[in-house]
Amino acid sequence: MAKIHVTTTINGAPTEFLCDPNQTLLDVLRDNLGLTGSKEGCGSGDCGACSVMVDDRLVCSCLVLAPEAEGMKIDTIEGMADGDKLHPLQKKFVEMAALQCGICTPGFLVASKALLAKNPNPTETEVRYWLAGNLCRCTGYDKIINAVMEVAAEMRGAANA
Amino acid sequence: MPDGHSHPKYKWIGTRPDRPDGADKVTGRARFGADFNLPGQLVGKVLRSPHPHAIIASIDTSKAEALAGVKAVVTAKDFPEQANLIVPTGEMQVNLRDITRNVMAREKALYEGHPVAAVAATTEAVARAALALIEVRYEVLPHVIDVTDAMKPDAPVLHDHMITEGVTPAPTKASNVAKRIEFKKGDAAAGFAEAEVVIEKDYTTQAVHQGYIEPHAALASASEDGQVQVWSTTQGHFQVRGFCAKLLNLETSQIRVTPTEIGGGFGGKTVVYLEPLAIKLSQKSGRPVKMTMTREEVFRASGPAPGGNVKVRIGAKKDGRIVAAECTVEMQAGAFPGSPVGPACMCAYACYDIDNIHIVGFDVVSNRPKVAAYRAPGAPISAWAVESTLDMLALQLGMDPIDLRLKNAAKKGTKTAYGVTFNTIGLVETLEAIKNSEHYRTPPKPGHARGIAAGFWFNVGADSSAASHVGEDGSVTVISGNPDIGGSRASLALMAAEELGVDYEKVRPVIADTASIGFNFVTGGSRVTFATGLAVVNSVRDMIRELKVRAGKIWNVDPEGVIWENGMAKPAGSNVGDFEPLSLAQIAAQAGKTGGPINGHAQLNVTGAGPGFGVHCCDLSVDADTGIVTIDRYTAAQDVGTAIHPSYVEGQLQGGAVQGIGWALNEEYIYNAKGRLDNPGFLDYRMPVASDLPKIETILVEVLNPTHPYGVRGVGEVPIVPPTAAVGNAISRAIGIRMTDLPMSPPRLSEAIDEATPRMAAD
Repeated sequence: MAKIHVTTTINGAPTEFLCDPNQTLLDVLRDNLGLTGSKEGCGSGDCGACSVMVDDRLVCSCLVLAPEAEGMKIDTIEGMADGDKLHPLQKKFVEMAALQCGICTPGFLVASKALLAKNPNPTETEVRYWLAGNLCRCTGYDKIINAVMEVAAEMRGAANA
Repeated sequence: MPDGHSHPKYKWIGTRPDRPDGADKVTGRARFGADFNLPGQLVGKVLRSPHPHAIIASIDTSKAEALAGVKAVVTAKDFPEQANLIVPTGEMQVNLRDITRNVMAREKALYEGHPVAAVAATTEAVARAALALIEVRYEVLPHVIDVTDAMKPDAPVLHDHMITEGVTPAPTKASNVAKRIEFKKGDAAAGFAEAEVVIEKDYTTQAVHQGYIEPHAALASASEDGQVQVWSTTQGHFQVRGFCAKLLNLETSQIRVTPTEIGGGFGGKTVVYLEPLAIKLSQKSGRPVKMTMTREEVFRASGPAPGGNVKVRIGAKKDGRIVAAECTVEMQAGAFPGSPVGPACMCAYACYDIDNIHIVGFDVVSNRPKVAAYRAPGAPISAWAVESTLDMLALQLGMDPIDLRLKNAAKKGTKTAYGVTFNTIGLVETLEAIKNSEHYRTPPKPGHARGIAAGFWFNVGADSSAASHVGEDGSVTVISGNPDIGGSRASLALMAAEELGVDYEKVRPVIADTASIGFNFVTGGSRVTFATGLAVVNSVRDMIRELKVRAGKIWNVDPEGVIWENGMAKPAGSNVGDFEPLSLAQIAAQAGKTGGPINGHAQLNVTGAGPGFGVHCCDLSVDADTGIVTIDRYTAAQDVGTAIHPSYVEGQLQGGAVQGIGWALNEEYIYNAKGRLDNPGFLDYRMPVASDLPKIETILVEVLNPTHPYGVRGVGEVPIVPPTAAVGNAISRAIGIRMTDLPMSPPRLSEAIDEATPRMAAD
């Protein structure tokens, strides 16, 4: 089967890759481009561990075919920190013990960032529903929700300052 | 910086600093099982039986081997036969004869998903095509899924050689009952004769999966000289090494296993599935082989926790004192013997001081995947039944459910049904913590009901090794051998910093591969912070002993004249001499002149694990039309010993409680009439999501373990024991119907409600 040539922007950098027509975006990120921060937990869009942004839309990269990424802007967990400066969500997740094993963490961070971009002042219920597409089996979600709420408050404070 | 300090006598223990692996885990840099690759690696895939029970008459792999890109094919004939020999694995026991058959079916396929062959190919597509070319001729046999059916005399028998153990006289005919076990204390019959109230009830539970988000993955590279390297996501890389050595006829020193970061395990990653296959494929192909399971494979073919039948009978006086208790547990083992029926029986009444107890358990095989450990293996199943029955007793006697438990609570000196007498334990304190909590003192909201349940787990110690090294600048590396599954690097570093009197940030905890540190038992049994923690503390003490020798040499005094305080060597008294204290860095800088590198080591078999007790309180409402349960408030209290890093201790309570809530409300393996699993995915196997849950409040009750220098108790497993009954008791009180079967899913609850209150005819 002939490979397909795809041109994208990944974490701000122009990126080209060759892929099989039936390869998922997740497989290309992980296997072709070495971006292994996005995880495969289910391959069926149920766990959210592979969450990435495609043209500023939160998606499960296991459900996107890689050729569909042509011309699109993709943001993954690897692009979240600014150089050596962690994003406030990344910092707060560590500070507030919002991870145990850490396998779901990249997906939760990508999804949480997408939430705060859309809704800077979410209620706890809104956070819980937004993150309902991300499975975590270790934490019982409590500390994740607390961390997101806290970052939302801090970011609003910074925006108002 | 540390905050929320709960132990004024300590500088670091009880604080909540950032975990050492935090940055790597929030940036995607941390490498988990599927994130490792080697040049030239092949993709390994497994062919699995579509039948739950079938004789494997023949396997023809020739077409697969001939396919371009296929580099190796293996079947059972590539693995040597194993002796009938039982070895411990985590909290379970396994038989090598069975393990080799579980990783690759031999005479028969015993469950849907049972591996029958594996291939290694240049790409995944080629590997999949090769699987389709393997011709397996099956002779399909009748199958049995349910425990009750499997115990019937005319049931299809899985293992022709299996004669029930623990029965006298021994049966003459093979059956699916691997073993009968029994625990007795006092005289149950006499106790029941004395009872004024007797309650008897039958309960069932279904198989559930640990549900770790990371599927199993392994990468193996075998060299022509017989050396093998493995990267594996596992709770015990020494265990992986040991099993692979046995299964492949290698010496343990020939296999070097590096544990990757592990994306959850909960007991399910204490056994081997892919590793022996990847090694064998690598040996045959001469190339590295990487294997990962799909989620569907994880559900169908890795070890879930068992379901079972539990019969409970409890006799009490009218004042609530329990005078007799019986329990019978029939438990799924999966396709091979070895369910956690033993711990289920032992834990059944461990929370209570009862004079007369009789417990019987049965280990039963059926055509399901072999069960694996899952957080306090077995205990949630017996606790579901016992704690539900106690709730019925409380209702019948008109007693507060906490007061009933306080009246019967085990204490220091209580002798358990399995023969152990408790040292210092904290059940009473934990019950009182719930009783005095704001949650319990506030009545449930209108339309809501409250459930209470307690739970117990032994916790374990076991073999542990650690090493400590001082760098030339005085910074410290602490090396141990247990995969960090929930923040244990932080707890080990905190104890090392406390012991050494240096800043937490100066201590770097490292998890070494099997060739770089002595043996460590698995990350399981809630043992790492307790037992490996003790090895770390002892290795630091060994290093301090050496540091005192070196300071003595610098000062030209005996080591006995040197004390270690706040990270400094100091003269023990004025008679030793007038010396300025020497810092770690100062001693390290002169190490070459005083005897060379400064290291500490420790190895021990840790005993004295402090048992743990949890008490959970759950408020909920039930939608009578749909059977949907909404949990409104949930509090988990536990005697945790000293909370070394309280955030991660809270996290254990919260995570365990939520897994238990899933077990109570939704999770179950659903088999169809053909013996195939109908829900092998996260859509149909419904684990709790964030929007299903309220906050999980925690109360850490610090009843110290007297056998540990910092009072540590294991904390990870207890929290999954009380939830099923805490939720079930609340549901039963909410709808006025006693629920006895898990899960209490919407269809099951609405059916129970409909049966109890027949609806008006639609017309």
